Amino acid sequence: MKLESMYQEIILDHYRSPHHKGLRDGFGAEVHHINPTCGDEVTLRVHLDDESQGEQAIIKDVSYESQGCSISQASASVLTDLVIGKNVAEAFAVHEAFLELMQSKGEAQGDEDVLEDAVAFAGVSKFPARVKCALLSWMALKDATAQALARSTQKETEQ
Amino acid sequence: MTAELTRTAAIDVERVRKDFPILERTVGEGRPLVYLDSAASSQKPRQVIEAMSDYYAHHHSNVHRGVHALAEEATALYEGARDKVAAFINAPDRNEVIFTKNSSEALNLVASVLGWAGEPYGLGPGDRVVITQMEHHSNIVPWQLTTQRTGSELAWLGLTDDGRLDLSNLDEVVNEHTKVVSVVHVSNILGTVNPLEVIVRRAHDVGAVVVVDASQSAPHLPLDVQTLGADFVAFTGHKMLGPTGIGVLWGRAELLNELPPFLGGGEMVGVVNMEGSTYAPIPHKYEAGTMPIAEAVGLGAAVDYLTALGMDNVARHEHEIVSYALERLGAVDGLRIIGPTEPEQHGAAISFILSVEGLGEIHPHDVGQVLDEQGIAVRVGQHCARPVCVRYGIPATTRASFSVYTTRAEIDALVDGLEHVKRFFGA
Ligand SMILES: Cc1ncc(COP(=O)(O)O)c(C=O)c1O
Repeated sequence: MKLESMYQEIILDHYRSPHHKGLRDGFGAEVHHINPTCGDEVTLRVHLDDESQGEQAIIKDVSYESQGCSISQASASVLTDLVIGKNVAEAFAVHEAFLELMQSKGEAQGDEDVLEDAVAFAGVSKFPARVKCALLSWMALKDATAQALARSTQKETEQ
Repeated sequence: MTAELTRTAAIDVERVRKDFPILERTVGEGRPLVYLDSAASSQKPRQVIEAMSDYYAHHHSNVHRGVHALAEEATALYEGARDKVAAFINAPDRNEVIFTKNSSEALNLVASVLGWAGEPYGLGPGDRVVITQMEHHSNIVPWQLTTQRTGSELAWLGLTDDGRLDLSNLDEVVNEHTKVVSVVHVSNILGTVNPLEVIVRRAHDVGAVVVVDASQSAPHLPLDVQTLGADFVAFTGHKMLGPTGIGVLWGRAELLNELPPFLGGGEMVGVVNMEGSTYAPIPHKYEAGTMPIAEAVGLGAAVDYLTALGMDNVARHEHEIVSYALERLGAVDGLRIIGPTEPEQHGAAISFILSVEGLGEIHPHDVGQVLDEQGIAVRVGQHCARPVCVRYGIPATTRASFSVYTTRAEIDALVDGLEHVKRFFGA
Protein backbone atom coordinates (compact mmCIF):
# COMPACT_ATOMS: atom_id res chain seq x y z
CA MET A 1 0.00 0.00 0.00
CA LYS A 2 1.34 3.34 -1.01
CA LEU A 3 1.54 5.76 1.85
CA GLU A 4 0.78 8.61 -0.53
CA SER A 5 -2.68 7.15 -1.16
CA MET A 6 -3.51 8.01 2.44
CA TYR A 7 -1.49 11.17 2.91
CA GLN A 8 -2.82 13.08 -0.08
CA GLU A 9 -1.38 16.55 -0.49
CA ILE A 10 -4.87 18.02 0.18
CA ILE A 11 -4.96 16.22 3.53
CA LEU A 12 -1.51 17.45 4.50
CA ASP A 13 -2.48 21.01 3.49
CA HIS A 14 -5.57 20.94 5.70
CA TYR A 15 -3.45 19.44 8.49
CA ARG A 16 -0.79 22.15 8.28
CA SER A 17 -3.32 25.01 7.96
CA PRO A 18 -6.70 23.91 9.29
CA HIS A 19 -9.81 25.91 8.37
CA HIS A 20 -12.29 27.33 10.89
CA LYS A 21 -10.27 26.04 13.85
CA GLY A 22 -10.85 27.47 17.33
CA LEU A 23 -13.94 27.61 19.53
CA ARG A 24 -16.35 30.45 18.84
CA ASP A 25 -19.21 31.79 20.96
CA GLY A 26 -22.88 31.64 20.04
CA PHE A 27 -23.55 27.92 19.63
CA GLY A 28 -26.48 25.59 20.10
CA ALA A 29 -24.57 22.61 21.41
CA GLU A 30 -21.05 21.56 22.28
CA VAL A 31 -19.75 18.00 22.42
CA HIS A 32 -16.46 16.38 23.33
CA HIS A 33 -15.56 13.18 21.54
CA ILE A 34 -12.50 11.01 22.04
CA ASN A 35 -10.95 8.06 20.34
CA PRO A 36 -9.74 6.11 23.37
CA THR A 37 -7.40 3.79 21.50
CA CYS A 38 -5.20 6.63 20.30
CA GLY A 39 -6.07 9.64 22.41
CA ASP A 40 -7.47 11.81 19.61
CA GLU A 41 -9.88 14.37 21.05
CA VAL A 42 -12.23 16.97 19.61
CA THR A 43 -14.45 19.58 21.20
CA LEU A 44 -16.95 20.73 18.62
CA ARG A 45 -19.68 23.40 18.63
CA VAL A 46 -22.57 23.75 16.21
CA HIS A 47 -24.42 26.99 15.66
CA LEU A 48 -27.77 26.72 13.84
CA ASP A 49 -29.60 29.82 12.60
CA ASP A 50 -33.03 28.68 13.73
CA GLU A 51 -33.41 25.39 15.56
CA SER A 52 -37.19 25.41 15.24
CA GLN A 53 -36.71 24.75 11.51
CA GLY A 54 -35.55 21.24 12.36
CA GLU A 55 -33.60 19.65 9.53
CA GLN A 56 -34.13 22.76 7.43
CA ALA A 57 -32.13 24.86 9.90
CA ILE A 58 -28.96 26.33 8.40
CA ILE A 59 -25.60 25.51 9.97
CA LYS A 60 -24.22 29.00 10.55
CA ASP A 61 -20.96 27.86 12.09
CA VAL A 62 -19.00 24.83 13.24
CA SER A 63 -16.10 25.63 15.53
CA TYR A 64 -13.74 23.15 17.13
CA GLU A 65 -10.63 22.56 19.16
CA SER A 66 -8.88 19.30 18.56
CA GLN A 67 -5.84 17.24 19.25
CA GLY A 68 -4.77 14.31 17.18
CA CYS A 69 -3.15 12.93 14.09
CA SER A 70 -3.04 14.51 10.64
CA ILE A 71 -6.02 12.47 9.46
CA SER A 72 -8.32 13.53 12.30
CA GLN A 73 -7.18 17.16 12.09
CA ALA A 74 -7.56 17.41 8.33
CA SER A 75 -10.92 15.69 8.48
CA ALA A 76 -12.27 18.28 10.93
CA SER A 77 -11.03 21.09 8.70
CA VAL A 78 -12.61 19.59 5.56
CA LEU A 79 -15.84 19.00 7.47
CA THR A 80 -16.24 22.66 8.35
CA ASP A 81 -15.69 23.69 4.71
CA LEU A 82 -18.35 21.22 3.65
CA VAL A 83 -21.17 21.81 6.11
CA ILE A 84 -21.07 25.49 7.08
CA GLY A 85 -23.85 27.18 5.12
CA LYS A 86 -25.74 23.97 4.40
CA ASN A 87 -28.97 23.01 6.12
CA VAL A 88 -28.97 20.09 8.54
CA ALA A 89 -30.55 17.62 6.10
CA GLU A 90 -27.91 18.44 3.46
CA ALA A 91 -25.09 18.20 6.00
CA PHE A 92 -26.34 14.81 7.20
CA ALA A 93 -26.44 13.62 3.58
CA VAL A 94 -22.77 14.62 3.19
CA HIS A 95 -22.01 12.84 6.46
CA GLU A 96 -23.71 9.74 5.10
CA ALA A 97 -21.68 9.92 1.88
CA PHE A 98 -18.44 10.35 3.83
CA LEU A 99 -19.29 7.44 6.12
CA GLU A 100 -19.93 5.26 3.08
CA LEU A 101 -16.60 6.27 1.56
CA MET A 102 -14.75 5.50 4.78
CA GLN A 103 -16.37 2.08 5.04
CA SER A 104 -15.49 1.18 1.45
CA LYS A 105 -12.12 -0.45 2.26
CA GLY A 106 -10.52 1.39 -0.63
CA GLU A 107 -13.16 0.35 -3.16
CA ALA A 108 -15.01 3.66 -3.56
CA GLN A 109 -13.77 6.93 -5.05
CA GLY A 110 -16.38 9.22 -3.54
CA ASP A 111 -18.56 11.69 -5.42
CA GLU A 112 -16.55 14.89 -5.74
CA ASP A 113 -19.72 16.98 -6.27
CA VAL A 114 -20.91 15.94 -2.80
CA LEU A 115 -17.68 15.44 -0.92
CA GLU A 116 -15.35 18.01 -2.51
CA ASP A 117 -11.94 17.89 -0.71
CA ALA A 118 -13.19 14.96 1.37
CA VAL A 119 -12.73 12.57 -1.57
CA ALA A 120 -9.03 12.78 -0.69
CA PHE A 121 -9.84 10.50 2.26
CA ALA A 122 -10.68 7.59 -0.04
CA GLY A 123 -7.17 6.20 0.52
CA VAL A 124 -7.61 6.29 4.31
CA SER A 125 -10.41 3.74 4.03
CA LYS A 126 -7.76 1.12 3.20
CA PHE A 127 -6.24 1.54 6.65
CA PRO A 128 -8.77 0.17 9.16
CA ALA A 129 -6.88 1.60 12.14
CA ARG A 130 -7.19 5.11 10.74
CA VAL A 131 -10.85 5.15 9.69
CA LYS A 132 -11.82 6.08 13.25
CA CYS A 133 -9.50 9.09 13.09
CA ALA A 134 -11.20 10.36 9.93
CA LEU A 135 -14.66 9.87 11.41
CA LEU A 136 -14.07 11.43 14.83
CA SER A 137 -15.17 14.98 14.01
CA TRP A 138 -18.02 13.77 11.81
CA MET A 139 -19.45 11.75 14.68
CA ALA A 140 -19.07 14.82 16.88
CA LEU A 141 -20.89 16.96 14.31
CA LYS A 142 -23.80 14.53 14.11
CA ASP A 143 -24.04 14.36 17.89
CA ALA A 144 -23.81 18.13 18.42
CA THR A 145 -26.38 18.89 15.71
CA ALA A 146 -28.81 16.34 17.10
CA GLN A 147 -28.35 17.83 20.57
CA ALA A 148 -28.94 21.36 19.30
CA LEU A 149 -32.15 20.28 17.60
CA ALA A 150 -33.32 18.26 20.59
CA ARG A 151 -32.71 21.20 22.88
CA SER A 152 -34.96 23.41 20.77
CA THR A 153 -37.84 20.89 20.76
CA GLN A 154 -37.40 20.58 24.51
CA LYS A 155 -37.67 24.35 24.84
CA GLU A 156 -40.85 24.37 22.76
CA THR A 157 -42.54 21.73 24.84
CA GLU A 158 -41.59 23.56 28.00
CA GLN A 159 -43.16 26.78 26.73
CA MET B 1 24.20 -7.44 8.61
CA THR B 2 27.65 -7.79 10.05
CA ALA B 3 28.47 -10.05 12.92
CA GLU B 4 29.41 -7.01 14.94
CA LEU B 5 25.87 -5.69 14.70
CA THR B 6 24.08 -8.92 15.47
CA ARG B 7 26.02 -10.04 18.48
CA THR B 8 25.84 -8.37 21.85
CA ALA B 9 28.14 -9.40 24.63
CA ALA B 10 25.50 -11.66 26.12
CA ILE B 11 23.51 -13.21 23.30
CA ASP B 12 24.19 -14.48 19.80
CA VAL B 13 21.24 -12.63 18.34
CA GLU B 14 21.74 -14.04 14.87
CA ARG B 15 21.19 -17.53 16.23
CA VAL B 16 18.29 -16.49 18.41
CA ARG B 17 16.56 -14.85 15.44
CA LYS B 18 16.63 -18.13 13.52
CA ASP B 19 14.31 -19.55 16.19
CA PHE B 20 11.62 -16.97 15.42
CA PRO B 21 9.96 -17.84 12.10
CA ILE B 22 8.01 -14.58 11.91
CA LEU B 23 11.22 -12.54 11.79
CA GLU B 24 11.88 -13.96 8.33
CA ARG B 25 8.78 -12.46 6.80
CA THR B 26 8.49 -9.18 4.98
CA VAL B 27 5.79 -6.54 5.19
CA GLY B 28 4.33 -4.16 2.62
CA GLU B 29 6.48 -3.99 -0.47
CA GLY B 30 8.96 -6.65 0.53
CA ARG B 31 10.42 -4.77 3.50
CA PRO B 32 12.11 -6.92 6.12
CA LEU B 33 10.15 -6.81 9.35
CA VAL B 34 11.70 -4.65 12.07
CA TYR B 35 9.61 -5.64 15.05
CA LEU B 36 9.94 -3.05 17.83
CA ASP B 37 6.66 -3.77 19.60
CA SER B 38 7.60 -6.57 21.97
CA ALA B 39 6.24 -4.72 25.00
CA ALA B 40 2.76 -5.06 23.51
CA SER B 41 3.39 -8.70 22.70
CA SER B 42 6.59 -10.55 21.96
CA GLN B 43 7.08 -12.93 19.04
CA LYS B 44 7.30 -16.69 19.63
CA PRO B 45 10.21 -19.05 19.03
CA ARG B 46 9.44 -22.25 17.14
CA GLN B 47 10.14 -24.18 20.37
CA VAL B 48 6.95 -22.65 21.82
CA ILE B 49 4.92 -23.11 18.65
CA GLU B 50 6.06 -26.73 18.36
CA ALA B 51 5.40 -27.52 22.01
CA MET B 52 1.82 -26.39 21.59
CA SER B 53 1.20 -28.22 18.34
CA ASP B 54 2.87 -31.33 19.69
CA TYR B 55 0.60 -31.13 22.70
CA TYR B 56 -2.50 -30.98 20.52
CA ALA B 57 -1.22 -33.57 18.05
CA HIS B 58 -0.20 -36.16 20.62
CA HIS B 59 -1.26 -35.52 24.21
CA HIS B 60 -4.42 -33.49 24.47
CA SER B 61 -7.14 -34.34 26.95
CA ASN B 62 -8.70 -32.56 29.88
CA VAL B 63 -6.46 -32.44 32.92
CA HIS B 64 -7.05 -33.85 36.41
CA ARG B 65 -10.17 -35.60 35.14
CA GLY B 66 -9.48 -39.07 33.99
CA VAL B 67 -7.60 -42.25 34.48
CA HIS B 68 -6.77 -42.82 30.83
CA ALA B 69 -3.33 -42.35 29.35
CA LEU B 70 -4.00 -39.04 27.62
CA ALA B 71 -5.50 -37.49 30.74
CA GLU B 72 -2.36 -38.44 32.61
CA GLU B 73 -0.04 -37.12 29.91
CA ALA B 74 -1.93 -33.85 29.61
CA THR B 75 -1.96 -33.44 33.39
CA ALA B 76 1.77 -34.13 33.58
CA LEU B 77 2.47 -31.53 30.89
CA TYR B 78 0.20 -28.94 32.49
CA GLU B 79 1.59 -29.44 35.97
CA GLY B 80 5.08 -29.64 34.49
CA ALA B 81 4.56 -26.13 33.13
CA ARG B 82 3.70 -25.01 36.66
CA ASP B 83 6.97 -26.49 37.92
CA LYS B 84 8.91 -24.65 35.22
CA VAL B 85 7.29 -21.34 36.05
CA ALA B 86 7.85 -21.90 39.78
CA ALA B 87 11.55 -22.51 39.15
CA PHE B 88 11.75 -19.52 36.80
CA ILE B 89 10.61 -17.13 39.55
CA ASN B 90 12.24 -19.08 42.38
CA ALA B 91 8.90 -19.68 44.11
CA PRO B 92 9.35 -21.45 47.45
CA ASP B 93 6.33 -23.67 46.71
CA ARG B 94 5.03 -24.74 43.27
CA ASN B 95 1.45 -24.55 44.55
CA GLU B 96 1.84 -20.79 44.85
CA VAL B 97 1.81 -20.51 41.05
CA ILE B 98 -1.74 -19.89 39.82
CA PHE B 99 -2.45 -19.92 36.10
CA THR B 100 -4.73 -17.14 34.85
CA LYS B 101 -5.73 -15.80 31.45
CA ASN B 102 -3.21 -12.91 31.56
CA SER B 103 -1.86 -10.22 33.89
CA SER B 104 -5.15 -8.39 33.86
CA GLU B 105 -6.99 -11.41 35.20
CA ALA B 106 -4.28 -12.03 37.79
CA LEU B 107 -4.58 -8.46 39.06
CA ASN B 108 -8.39 -8.62 39.03
CA LEU B 109 -8.17 -11.83 41.02
CA VAL B 110 -6.09 -10.23 43.77
CA ALA B 111 -8.12 -7.03 43.83
CA SER B 112 -11.39 -8.95 44.02
CA VAL B 113 -10.49 -11.44 46.71
CA LEU B 114 -8.86 -8.76 48.88
CA GLY B 115 -12.10 -6.80 48.53
CA TRP B 116 -14.18 -9.83 49.57
CA ALA B 117 -11.92 -11.07 52.37
CA GLY B 118 -12.71 -10.78 56.03
CA GLU B 119 -10.27 -9.48 58.64
CA PRO B 120 -7.36 -8.94 58.61
CA TYR B 121 -6.96 -8.63 54.82
CA GLY B 122 -10.37 -7.38 53.69
CA LEU B 123 -10.98 -3.80 52.61
CA GLY B 124 -13.60 -1.48 54.03
CA PRO B 125 -14.28 2.16 54.86
CA GLY B 126 -11.20 3.78 56.36
CA ASP B 127 -8.82 1.42 54.55
CA ARG B 128 -6.52 2.57 51.79
CA VAL B 129 -5.14 1.01 48.61
CA VAL B 130 -2.05 2.64 47.11
CA ILE B 131 -1.06 2.42 43.44
CA THR B 132 1.09 4.72 41.29
CA GLN B 133 0.51 7.14 38.45
CA MET B 134 2.57 4.97 36.08
CA GLU B 135 0.38 1.87 36.30
CA HIS B 136 -1.05 0.14 33.26
CA HIS B 137 -4.85 0.45 33.23
CA SER B 138 -4.89 -3.23 34.29
CA ASN B 139 -3.42 -2.22 37.65
CA ILE B 140 -5.65 0.83 38.06
CA VAL B 141 -9.18 -0.18 37.13
CA PRO B 142 -9.38 -3.38 39.27
CA TRP B 143 -8.43 -1.31 42.33
CA GLN B 144 -10.92 1.41 41.43
CA LEU B 145 -13.62 -1.24 41.24
CA THR B 146 -12.61 -2.81 44.54
CA THR B 147 -12.24 0.43 46.48
CA GLN B 148 -15.56 1.70 45.10
CA ARG B 149 -17.33 -1.52 46.08
CA THR B 150 -15.86 -1.66 49.57
CA GLY B 151 -15.95 2.03 50.39
CA SER B 152 -12.18 2.08 50.87
CA GLU B 153 -9.91 4.77 49.51
CA LEU B 154 -7.58 4.74 46.49
CA ALA B 155 -4.38 6.81 46.71
CA TRP B 156 -1.32 6.92 44.47
CA LEU B 157 2.31 7.88 44.24
CA GLY B 158 3.06 10.52 41.61
CA LEU B 159 5.86 10.86 39.07
CA THR B 160 8.91 13.08 38.86
CA ASP B 161 9.58 15.19 35.77
CA ASP B 162 12.21 12.73 34.60
CA GLY B 163 9.86 9.76 34.56
CA ARG B 164 10.53 8.07 37.87
CA LEU B 165 8.31 7.43 40.87
CA ASP B 166 8.14 10.37 43.25
CA LEU B 167 8.92 8.73 46.57
CA SER B 168 9.39 11.98 48.51
CA ASN B 169 6.00 11.49 50.18
CA LEU B 170 6.08 7.69 50.34
CA ASP B 171 5.55 7.64 54.11
CA GLU B 172 2.49 9.89 53.87
CA VAL B 173 0.86 8.09 50.95
CA VAL B 174 1.56 4.63 52.33
CA ASN B 175 0.16 5.44 55.76
CA GLU B 176 -1.00 3.23 58.63
CA HIS B 177 -4.46 2.81 57.03
CA THR B 178 -2.91 1.27 53.94
CA LYS B 179 -3.84 -2.37 53.41
CA VAL B 180 -2.61 -2.89 49.86
CA VAL B 181 0.21 -1.42 47.79
CA SER B 182 0.11 -2.44 44.13
CA VAL B 183 2.93 -1.24 41.92
CA VAL B 184 4.40 -1.91 38.52
CA HIS B 185 7.94 -3.31 38.43
CA VAL B 186 8.83 -1.89 34.99
CA SER B 187 6.64 0.73 33.33
CA ASN B 188 5.37 -0.28 29.90
CA ILE B 189 5.25 3.31 28.68
CA LEU B 190 8.23 5.00 30.37
CA GLY B 191 10.52 1.99 30.66
CA THR B 192 11.30 2.93 34.26
CA VAL B 193 12.48 0.14 36.55
CA ASN B 194 11.02 0.97 39.95
CA PRO B 195 12.94 0.67 43.25
CA LEU B 196 10.63 -1.94 44.73
CA GLU B 197 12.79 -2.57 47.77
CA VAL B 198 11.96 0.76 49.44
CA ILE B 199 8.30 0.46 48.58
CA VAL B 200 8.01 -3.12 49.82
CA ARG B 201 9.79 -2.18 53.07
CA ARG B 202 7.48 0.76 53.77
CA ALA B 203 4.36 -1.23 52.84
CA HIS B 204 5.29 -4.11 55.12
CA ASP B 205 6.14 -1.67 57.92
CA VAL B 206 2.51 -0.56 57.92
CA GLY B 207 1.25 -4.13 57.49
CA ALA B 208 0.08 -3.75 53.88
CA VAL B 209 -0.02 -6.55 51.32
CA VAL B 210 2.26 -5.84 48.33
CA VAL B 211 1.24 -6.68 44.77
CA VAL B 212 3.77 -6.33 41.94
CA ASP B 213 2.79 -6.08 38.28
CA ALA B 214 5.76 -7.83 36.68
CA SER B 215 4.30 -7.91 33.13
CA GLN B 216 7.26 -5.95 31.75
CA SER B 217 9.95 -7.39 33.99
CA ALA B 218 9.36 -11.14 33.81
CA PRO B 219 10.34 -11.18 30.11
CA HIS B 220 13.49 -9.13 30.61
CA LEU B 221 15.03 -9.39 34.08
CA PRO B 222 15.82 -12.24 36.45
CA LEU B 223 12.72 -12.42 38.62
CA ASP B 224 13.10 -13.92 42.08
CA VAL B 225 9.95 -13.61 44.13
CA GLN B 226 11.83 -14.39 47.31
CA THR B 227 14.27 -11.49 46.91
CA LEU B 228 11.51 -9.23 45.68
CA GLY B 229 9.72 -9.68 48.98
CA ALA B 230 6.25 -8.94 47.58
CA ASP B 231 3.13 -10.93 48.52
CA PHE B 232 1.69 -11.26 45.00
CA VAL B 233 3.36 -11.04 41.59
CA ALA B 234 1.47 -10.98 38.29
CA PHE B 235 2.75 -11.50 34.75
CA THR B 236 1.51 -12.50 31.34
CA GLY B 237 2.70 -15.23 28.94
CA HIS B 238 2.43 -13.46 25.62
CA LYS B 239 4.98 -10.79 26.51
CA MET B 240 7.61 -13.37 27.49
CA LEU B 241 7.81 -15.39 24.25
CA GLY B 242 4.82 -17.49 25.30
CA PRO B 243 1.31 -17.73 23.87
CA THR B 244 -1.68 -15.49 24.52
CA GLY B 245 -4.37 -16.71 26.90
CA ILE B 246 -2.09 -17.63 29.78
CA GLY B 247 -0.82 -15.55 32.68
CA VAL B 248 0.49 -16.16 36.16
CA LEU B 249 -0.32 -15.02 39.63
CA TRP B 250 2.23 -15.97 42.21
CA GLY B 251 1.09 -15.47 45.80
CA ARG B 252 2.31 -16.44 49.24
CA ALA B 253 0.72 -19.75 50.22
CA GLU B 254 -0.51 -18.51 53.59
CA LEU B 255 -2.40 -15.68 51.90
CA LEU B 256 -3.79 -17.81 49.07
CA ASN B 257 -4.94 -20.40 51.61
CA GLU B 258 -6.75 -17.83 53.67
CA LEU B 259 -8.32 -15.57 51.03
CA PRO B 260 -11.68 -16.45 49.48
CA PRO B 261 -11.91 -18.05 46.00
CA PHE B 262 -12.24 -15.90 42.88
CA LEU B 263 -14.19 -17.78 40.21
CA GLY B 264 -16.37 -20.75 41.08
CA GLY B 265 -16.63 -23.85 38.94
CA GLY B 266 -15.29 -27.28 38.24
CA GLU B 267 -11.93 -28.32 39.68
CA MET B 268 -11.76 -25.53 42.28
CA VAL B 269 -13.94 -27.41 44.74
CA GLY B 270 -13.62 -30.06 47.42
CA VAL B 271 -17.11 -31.33 48.18
CA VAL B 272 -20.14 -29.74 46.54
CA ASN B 273 -23.51 -29.92 48.28
CA MET B 274 -26.59 -28.03 47.23
CA GLU B 275 -26.24 -25.94 50.39
CA GLY B 276 -22.60 -25.05 49.93
CA SER B 277 -19.16 -26.30 49.00
CA THR B 278 -15.65 -26.68 50.24
CA TYR B 279 -12.73 -25.63 48.12
CA ALA B 280 -9.76 -27.42 46.68
CA PRO B 281 -6.31 -26.65 48.05
CA ILE B 282 -4.17 -24.16 46.12
CA PRO B 283 -3.37 -23.83 43.27
CA HIS B 284 -6.64 -25.47 42.12
CA LYS B 285 -8.76 -23.30 44.39
CA TYR B 286 -8.03 -20.45 41.99
CA GLU B 287 -8.28 -22.38 38.73
CA ALA B 288 -11.97 -22.85 38.03
CA GLY B 289 -13.09 -24.70 34.94
CA THR B 290 -10.99 -26.12 32.12
CA MET B 291 -7.81 -24.10 31.98
CA PRO B 292 -5.83 -23.04 28.88
CA ILE B 293 -3.80 -26.25 28.90
CA ALA B 294 -1.96 -25.90 25.60
CA GLU B 295 -1.16 -22.30 26.50
CA ALA B 296 0.32 -23.39 29.83
CA VAL B 297 2.44 -25.92 27.97
CA GLY B 298 3.52 -23.15 25.58
CA LEU B 299 4.43 -20.91 28.50
CA GLY B 300 6.49 -23.75 29.95
CA ALA B 301 8.40 -23.96 26.66
CA ALA B 302 8.92 -20.17 26.67
CA VAL B 303 10.32 -20.35 30.19
CA ASP B 304 12.65 -23.17 29.07
CA TYR B 305 13.79 -21.01 26.17
CA LEU B 306 14.50 -18.00 28.37
CA THR B 307 16.17 -20.16 31.00
CA ALA B 308 18.45 -21.70 28.37
CA LEU B 309 19.49 -18.22 27.23
CA GLY B 310 19.90 -17.27 30.88
CA MET B 311 17.94 -14.34 32.28
CA ASP B 312 21.18 -12.60 33.25
CA ASN B 313 22.23 -12.73 29.60
CA VAL B 314 18.81 -11.55 28.47
CA ALA B 315 19.05 -8.60 30.83
CA ARG B 316 22.58 -7.76 29.69
CA HIS B 317 21.64 -7.98 26.02
CA GLU B 318 18.63 -5.75 26.47
CA HIS B 319 20.57 -3.26 28.57
CA GLU B 320 23.04 -2.98 25.72
CA ILE B 321 20.24 -2.48 23.19
CA VAL B 322 18.47 0.08 25.38
CA SER B 323 21.73 2.00 25.97
CA TYR B 324 22.39 2.08 22.25
CA ALA B 325 18.80 3.10 21.47
CA LEU B 326 18.80 5.89 24.06
CA GLU B 327 22.04 7.22 22.64
CA ARG B 328 20.92 7.07 19.01
CA LEU B 329 17.37 8.35 19.61
CA GLY B 330 18.71 11.07 21.90
CA ALA B 331 20.77 12.37 18.97
CA VAL B 332 17.79 12.64 16.59
CA ASP B 333 16.93 16.27 15.97
CA GLY B 334 13.47 17.13 17.32
CA LEU B 335 13.09 13.91 19.32
CA ARG B 336 12.11 14.12 22.97
CA ILE B 337 12.26 11.02 25.12
CA ILE B 338 9.38 10.63 27.59
CA GLY B 339 10.75 8.87 30.65
CA PRO B 340 14.26 8.30 31.93
CA THR B 341 16.97 9.11 29.38
CA GLU B 342 19.72 7.20 31.17
CA PRO B 343 20.13 3.45 30.67
CA GLU B 344 20.40 2.79 34.40
CA GLN B 345 17.22 1.21 35.79
CA HIS B 346 15.69 1.41 32.32
CA GLY B 347 13.57 -1.42 30.93
CA ALA B 348 13.28 -2.51 27.34
CA ALA B 349 10.85 0.19 26.16
CA ILE B 350 11.43 3.80 25.11
CA SER B 351 8.65 6.33 24.48
CA PHE B 352 9.20 9.53 22.56
CA ILE B 353 7.66 12.47 20.75
CA LEU B 354 9.00 13.58 17.38
CA SER B 355 8.82 17.16 16.10
CA VAL B 356 9.76 18.69 12.80
CA GLU B 357 10.49 22.24 11.85
CA GLY B 358 7.53 24.10 10.41
CA LEU B 359 4.95 21.71 11.82
CA GLY B 360 5.85 21.07 15.44
CA GLU B 361 5.01 17.72 17.00
CA ILE B 362 4.13 15.00 14.54
CA HIS B 363 1.31 12.97 16.00
CA PRO B 364 2.44 9.45 17.00
CA HIS B 365 -0.20 7.92 14.71
CA ASP B 366 1.43 9.57 11.76
CA VAL B 367 4.90 8.59 12.93
CA GLY B 368 3.79 4.97 13.31
CA GLN B 369 2.10 4.91 9.91
CA VAL B 370 5.12 6.17 8.02
CA LEU B 371 7.39 3.78 9.95
CA ASP B 372 5.04 0.93 9.07
CA GLU B 373 5.48 1.70 5.39
CA GLN B 374 9.17 0.96 5.95
CA GLY B 375 8.45 -2.32 7.70
CA ILE B 376 9.08 -0.93 11.18
CA ALA B 377 6.48 -1.93 13.79
CA VAL B 378 6.21 0.38 16.80
CA ARG B 379 3.27 1.08 19.06
CA VAL B 380 1.59 4.47 19.13
CA GLY B 381 -1.02 5.86 21.48
CA GLN B 382 -1.40 5.99 25.23
CA HIS B 383 -0.24 2.42 25.89
CA CYS B 384 -3.06 1.78 28.38
CA ALA B 385 -1.43 4.34 30.66
CA ARG B 386 -3.46 7.48 30.09
CA PRO B 387 -2.56 9.02 33.47
CA VAL B 388 1.10 9.10 32.36
CA CYS B 389 0.20 11.03 29.20
CA VAL B 390 -1.89 13.45 31.26
CA ARG B 391 0.99 13.87 33.76
CA TYR B 392 3.38 14.88 31.00
CA GLY B 393 0.82 16.91 29.02
CA ILE B 394 1.09 14.81 25.87
CA PRO B 395 -1.70 13.24 23.81
CA ALA B 396 0.18 10.03 23.07
CA THR B 397 3.66 8.68 22.42
CA THR B 398 5.51 6.54 19.93
CA ARG B 399 7.09 3.57 21.70
CA ALA B 400 9.88 1.31 20.56
CA SER B 401 10.36 -1.83 22.65
CA PHE B 402 12.85 -4.65 22.53
CA SER B 403 13.35 -8.30 23.21
CA VAL B 404 15.95 -11.06 23.01
CA TYR B 405 15.91 -10.89 19.21
CA THR B 406 16.38 -7.14 18.83
CA THR B 407 19.54 -6.02 17.05
CA ARG B 408 21.45 -2.77 16.91
CA ALA B 409 20.79 -2.78 13.17
CA GLU B 410 17.08 -2.52 13.97
CA ILE B 411 17.71 0.54 16.12
CA ASP B 412 19.60 2.04 13.16
CA ALA B 413 16.62 1.24 10.92
CA LEU B 414 14.34 3.03 13.39
CA VAL B 415 16.53 6.12 13.43
CA ASP B 416 16.67 6.20 9.61
CA GLY B 417 12.90 5.68 9.57
CA LEU B 418 12.36 8.65 11.86
CA GLU B 419 14.43 10.87 9.58
CA HIS B 420 12.15 9.77 6.75
CA VAL B 421 9.08 10.61 8.85
CA LYS B 422 10.43 14.12 9.35
CA ARG B 423 11.05 14.57 5.61
CA PHE B 424 7.56 13.26 4.86
CA PHE B 425 5.73 15.70 7.13
CA GLY B 426 8.17 18.63 7.09
CA ALA B 427 6.78 21.77 5.49
C1 LIG C 1 2.74 -3.15 32.83
C2 LIG C 1 1.61 -3.96 32.27
N1 LIG C 1 0.67 -4.43 33.10
C3 LIG C 1 -0.35 -5.18 32.65
C4 LIG C 1 -0.48 -5.48 31.31
C5 LIG C 1 -1.65 -6.29 30.88
O1 LIG C 1 -1.29 -7.49 30.31
P1 LIG C 1 -2.43 -8.39 29.65
O2 LIG C 1 -3.06 -7.54 28.60
O3 LIG C 1 -1.73 -9.56 29.07
O4 LIG C 1 -3.39 -8.73 30.72
C6 LIG C 1 0.47 -4.99 30.42
C7 LIG C 1 0.38 -5.27 28.97
O5 LIG C 1 -0.23 -4.62 28.17
C8 LIG C 1 1.54 -4.21 30.90
O6 LIG C 1 2.46 -3.72 30.08
